[in-house]
Amino acid sequence: MWQIYALAFLMIAGSLVAVHTKYLLSAVISLAVVGLGLCVVFLYLQAPDCAITQIVVEVIALIILIRATGVERDLLEIKGRREVFALVTVILFIIVFAVFAFSALTHLPEFGYPVMRVAEEYVVKGLRETGAANLVTAVLLDFRAYDTLGEATVLFTAILGSIIVLREIGRKKK
Amino acid sequence: MLFFLSFVVFLVGLYCVMTRKNLLKIVMGIVIMEYAVNFFLVLLGYRMGGVAPIVTKGMENAKFVDPLPQAMVLTAIVISIATLAFLVAICVRIYQKYNTFDITEIRKLKG
Repeated sequence: MWQIYALAFLMIAGSLVAVHTKYLLSAVISLAVVGLGLCVVFLYLQAPDCAITQIVVEVIALIILIRATGVERDLLEIKGRREVFALVTVILFIIVFAVFAFSALTHLPEFGYPVMRVAEEYVVKGLRETGAANLVTAVLLDFRAYDTLGEATVLFTAILGSIIVLREIGRKKK
Repeated sequence: MLFFLSFVVFLVGLYCVMTRKNLLKIVMGIVIMEYAVNFFLVLLGYRMGGVAPIVTKGMENAKFVDPLPQAMVLTAIVISIATLAFLVAICVRIYQKYNTFDITEIRKLKG
């Protein structure tokens, strides 16, 4: 159990470094620390499918972000005059948000004892009704297959949008 | 306690989105928030002393963790990479047009 706590603190530290570091490329690497820490946390939380997906996605995200950061572009973070009023407003807002969210989090079921009203049925009937030994796959591709169809639609739309935004053909030359 | 830690990661991402001036830093803040939410959802489904929900011979009646949040998080992870690619594509286009990632500069210039 202490491993999860250690990794959670590592994730917090990695995200703080990613926010405050001067160079964009090191911010990307710190972001990868957060993602890969999350991957190991998934393994400790008995979610191997999520861990596998997370590690693949993390590597692809790293490649995309390094491509966007570039080598010949401005690597430094932009340092401008900081509006004090805006910063105070942001911090005040975050504190208010945190207070309400923390009071909401205390009403959740205790960690380690989830309410498994729907999932109990999946666990009991999963193997018999779908024939899939992996219950996560059974939920993903049988009980909630429409959800996966929607996911594929979102993926297709996002990739289509990226291609349309990035293409050079048909763009007006000035 | 672990719920609070995952929420702290979320708050760091929120702070990054709201205070940074670099477009890529804002994208990174959104990615941090996505990680925090995925972490939180998988934490919700964990069961003390449970095993991964894979049925093997002789393990039919073992204590499994909740498979439902894991399946949903799997969907969310894959969607997050697609949205990240889209965001980065828009950022690259903006850089080609304005030659900067600074949002205050982008606001000043005529579109």
